Amino acid sequence: MNTSMRLSVASSTSGVNVPQSKVKPILERHLNKTKGAEVSLSAFTFLFSEVLQYTQKRVNGIQDLEKKLNDIGFRVGLRLHELLVWRDKNGKRETKMLNILYFIHTVLWRNMFGKQADSLEKSTENEDEYMISDNEPILTRYISVPRDLSQLNCNAFVAGIVGAVLHGAQFPARVTAHTVPIEGYPSRTTILIKLDKDVLAREELLK
Amino acid sequence: MIYSLYIINKAGGLVYQRDFAEGLTKLTSNEYLILAGTFHGVHAITSRISPVPSSNGLERLDSDQFTLYCFQTLTGTKFLLLTEPSHPNASTTLHHMYEIYSDFVMKNPFHTPEMPIRSDMFDRQLQKYVASL
Repeated sequence: MNTSMRLSVASSTSGVNVPQSKVKPILERHLNKTKGAEVSLSAFTFLFSEVLQYTQKRVNGIQDLEKKLNDIGFRVGLRLHELLVWRDKNGKRETKMLNILYFIHTVLWRNMFGKQADSLEKSTENEDEYMISDNEPILTRYISVPRDLSQLNCNAFVAGIVGAVLHGAQFPARVTAHTVPIEGYPSRTTILIKLDKDVLAREELLK
Repeated sequence: MIYSLYIINKAGGLVYQRDFAEGLTKLTSNEYLILAGTFHGVHAITSRISPVPSSNGLERLDSDQFTLYCFQTLTGTKFLLLTEPSHPNASTTLHHMYEIYSDFVMKNPFHTPEMPIRSDMFDRQLQKYVASL
């Protein structure tokens, strides 16, 4: 098992260390203190599992559920973007479309999952669509979606995070998650990013 | 060689049954349920009639054609493994299957505890593990 993963498996001894004595208030702690800290994948999976079960009871249909997961991810993403820009970019956000997409593909993915995303592609059909793919999404490693919900992809949560990062960097977009299995990777997931018209128009002007 | 795996919930209901070898006699689903329920009862009896206090009940049953191993988890779920008589290290195998179970069944948000297991990932991982033996 790759030990550098942000989400590690339960057997590894890593995890967020809680200081034994004199706990500093969270607001006084240096932001880099938890840089590189890992969370147990088991614990996180159980938490996410509860989030899903809770959400599932309060929605009608798959689309509604994905929307809810997307919203929950959005709240995470806004904060994560702020933190990562501060840590990795000296507090300067990306202003070019390709750069922000690359930022998501590498920095964001490495921070969340301990590895880069497996691909970043531009859609051949639509000018405004980009795709980020992960062959083995860690978030849904233990999740088997039942047949009657086969359209559902729980990575809608990740899509929400990506959407929030784009939103935070002033690149509003509609972000969705889709299962696109290929040989050897049955749970391969593609995060589809459909950028707003204004973003493309602005990008034209900046050229 | 491993013949099959049964998982029985704490109430004695069969929640999972799967054969790994070719040419085994198939029972109807009702018969599998009866078999599981009967074993559950026998297991309870064996743990009570033991001359030594706090016995864990039946752990192994030998016959000329097969050996049955039973592993009971802390929560009362029972894993039954049917193997050919010469199969080595069945308890390691059972523990590993329990590990797969805790990962791919218990961490699956779409699984209801004590209910039959329907999980593609669990099937796939078990298959992979048995093939690797």
